[in-house]
Amino acid sequence: MRTNLMLSAVGAFVLLAAGAVLLPDWAMFLCAMALAKGLVSLGIVGMMRGGLVSFGQGLYYCLGAYTATLVAGQLGVSDIFLLTLLSAGVCLVVGALFGPLLAGYRGIFFAMLSLALSMVLYGTLAKLTVLGGTDGLNIGAPTFFGWDPEGRALQTALYLYVAVLVVVAGTLMRIYFDSEQGLITLATRDNELRVEYLGASVRTVMSYNYVFGAVLGGIGGTIAALALGHVDPEFAFWTTSGEFVFVAILAGYLSVPAVFVAAIILEMVRSFSNLYFPNTWQLALGIFLLIVIVVLPNGLGSLVRRRKGDAT
Amino acid sequence: MNSTSKKFAGALTALALAAGAAGPVAAQDDTFKIGVITFLSGQAAESFGVPAWNGGKVLVDMLNEGGKLPAPYDQKGFGGMNIEVVLVDEAGGATKQVQEFRNLVQREEVDAVVGYVSSGDCLAVPPVADELKAFTILYDCGTPRVFEDNTFEYVFRTAAHATMDNVSLARYLKSRDVAIESFAGLNQDYAWGQDSWADFTGAMAQLYPDAVVKTALFPKFGAGQYGTEISALLRERPTLVHSSNWGGDLQGFVIQATARGLHERSQIVLSAGDHVIPQLQQKMPEGIYLGARGVNGLAAKARGGELQELTDTLWDAYEAEFGVFPVQAPFRMWQALLGLKTAVEKAMAENGGKKPTNEELAAAMKGLSWDAPSGRIEMALADGHQAIQPNAIGTTKWNAEKGAMELIDIEYFDSRCVNPPAGVKSADWIAQGFPGAQCD
Repeated sequence: MRTNLMLSAVGAFVLLAAGAVLLPDWAMFLCAMALAKGLVSLGIVGMMRGGLVSFGQGLYYCLGAYTATLVAGQLGVSDIFLLTLLSAGVCLVVGALFGPLLAGYRGIFFAMLSLALSMVLYGTLAKLTVLGGTDGLNIGAPTFFGWDPEGRALQTALYLYVAVLVVVAGTLMRIYFDSEQGLITLATRDNELRVEYLGASVRTVMSYNYVFGAVLGGIGGTIAALALGHVDPEFAFWTTSGEFVFVAILAGYLSVPAVFVAAIILEMVRSFSNLYFPNTWQLALGIFLLIVIVVLPNGLGSLVRRRKGDAT
Repeated sequence: MNSTSKKFAGALTALALAAGAAGPVAAQDDTFKIGVITFLSGQAAESFGVPAWNGGKVLVDMLNEGGKLPAPYDQKGFGGMNIEVVLVDEAGGATKQVQEFRNLVQREEVDAVVGYVSSGDCLAVPPVADELKAFTILYDCGTPRVFEDNTFEYVFRTAAHATMDNVSLARYLKSRDVAIESFAGLNQDYAWGQDSWADFTGAMAQLYPDAVVKTALFPKFGAGQYGTEISALLRERPTLVHSSNWGGDLQGFVIQATARGLHERSQIVLSAGDHVIPQLQQKMPEGIYLGARGVNGLAAKARGGELQELTDTLWDAYEAEFGVFPVQAPFRMWQALLGLKTAVEKAMAENGGKKPTNEELAAAMKGLSWDAPSGRIEMALADGHQAIQPNAIGTTKWNAEKGAMELIDIEYFDSRCVNPPAGVKSADWIAQGFPGAQCD
C-alpha cells in the first residue's frame, strides 16, 4: 500500500511537472492558481470525511495571503519558502485556537460559525485603510533561495513549487486519511455516538482535521497571493469560501487527486465561459455545476471508486 | 491508488490537450485587437460597465466604418486597421481579473487591454501588465494609489483619478459663495466611499476652515436602505450633506432622502451623481449640486465650444442606439479609445506605418494629449502615465417643458485647477492647500 502510494505520488509529480514544459503560459498560471485553491479545498475534504463542511476556509486563505504580503512588504522577505512557512505557522496557531472551539459543533452550526469567523476577518480588513481597505495590497514576485526569476521562468518555478506542495500535501493527507485518526473521522460520518462509545474522541479528531485545513488554507493563500501579486479582503469573503466548498463537493471525499482535478476543471470552465459568453458566463458556470451535482452526487472521486468496486 | 493516479493522469492530459487545441488566434496585421474589461454583471454593471461598453461599441463601429467622426478622428479604425474587440466581464474580484488579464494577453494575444472600473482591479492588474509587457489602459477606476504608490512602464490611466471629484465640489461651493456652517457625509463603506469622504473633508478644511463636520456615516456597500442614516442626518441638521454613492445605492439614498425632505433641510452634494439622472428623472430633486467625474454627460452637452461636433456625433449615435442619453461612463470609455487611437496612429507615423509593438505604443502614449468629448485629456502626471482632465459641477433643474432633467449654473474647472501637479501626492496636495493649482 505504502509503495503504491509513493509510486502514485511520484507519478502525479512527473505528470504535473510535464505541465511545466507542455502548458502555454496562461494555462500554467491557471493551473498554478487552481492547484493553490485545490490545497484549500483539500482541507475541506478532510473535514467533509467527518461530515463537516467549513464555509469559512477563506479565513485561512486570506490570513495566509495577508501574512505573506505584510511580511514581504514590511520586512522585505521575498523568499517563497520562508513566506509559505510563516503563513502556514500563523494559520497553524490561529487554527489551533479556533479548532477545539469549533470541533464541538456539527452541521449548520459548524458551517455558520466558521463562516462568521472568516467574515469577521473580511470586515476588519475592509475597514483597515492602512492595509489598503477593500482595495487591498500588492506583493512583489517571490524569490527562490535567492534566485530571482522573471517571465516564463518565474511562472514555471511557481508552478513547480505548487506542484511539489500539492504532491507532498496530497500524499501526507492520504496517509492521514488512511491512519487510525483518519478512519475514525470516516466512522464519525456514519455514527458519531458509536465512535464515542468505542472510546475515541470525536472532538479531538475534528480539531485535528480543522487545524490541517487551516494550514492547507494558509499555504494555498500564500501561493495565490504570490501568483496574483495582489491581495484584498475578498479572499476572506463568503463567496470565496463557497468556491472552495464547491470544489470539495465536486471532488467528493473519496479521492485526493480528484480535488485537484476538480479545481482545475472549475477554473477552466470559468475561464472559457467567461470568454465565450461574457454576458451569461455565470449561467454557463451554474449549468455546469448543476449537471455535475446531478450526474455525480458523490463527486468526481466516485468515478474511480465505483470502478474499483470498493467502498472505503 | 494506482488507478486513481491513472485517472488523474488521464484528466490532466486531456486538459493539457484541450489547452493546446484552444490555441490563440493571433490578430492579423490589418486588425488591431483590444481586450475590453468592464462590468457586465453585478452592481456596477447598470451604472458603469454596460453604458461604458455601449458607448465603446458605438465608437468602435463608427471608427471601423471610417469617416464618421470629425477630424482628427476621421481615419478608419486605428490607423487604418480594423478594430476587433474581445469583451470580458469584470465581475468576480481581483483574483479572477488577474487570471482573465493573463488569458487576454497570452491566450487571445490582444494588442492592447482597455478596462477596469474597480479600484481593486486597477491595483492588481498593473504589476502583471508590466510583467507581461502588455500595453494596458485603465479607463475608469478612481484611486490615486495606482501611480502614487508605484510606477509602471506599460500601464496608463486615461481618466483623472478621484481627487478632482471632491476638490471640484468644494470649489463650486466656494465660488458660488454658499455659506456652510456644518456638513455631514453618507458614503459607501469601502475604499471609494472612504477615500471620497477623506478628499472632501480635506478640501473643505482648506476652503471652509470654520465649517464643522457633523457626522460621517458609512452604510454598507449595497445597503440600499438608508432609513436610520437619513434620520441621523435630519436630526443633526447639517448645512450640507455629501455623498459619493453611486448606482443603486445612490438611487436608494436620493429617493428615500427626498421622501423625508432631507433636501429641503440640507444642501445635498453628489460627487458622481450624474449617472442616475436617466433612471430617476424628476425623482431627482432640484437644486442638488452634482458632478460627473469629468466634463461628462449633461455637462459636456451643455459646454459648447470646439468639441461640440465630436460630442454631438457620439451623443446622437448613442441616443439613437440605446434610447437614453450617455452619462459619465461612456465618456470615459470614449476618451480611452480615442487616446488609444491617437497613440496607435502616432506610433505608426513614427515606425513607418507598421502595427506598433507594445514598446512603441507605450512610448507614444507617454505624455500624450488629445481631445475627447469630455475635453482635453493630458497624460500629465506620473511621468506621463496618469491623465488629468477638466471637471464640471452643476445644479439639477427639472425642465417641465422638455420633460427632462437639466444641469444649470454649470461651472467648468480647468484640469490644473482641480488636479494635483506632477510629483505631488493627492492627499498631500489637498492637505497643503492645493499648491500650484491654476484656476482662472
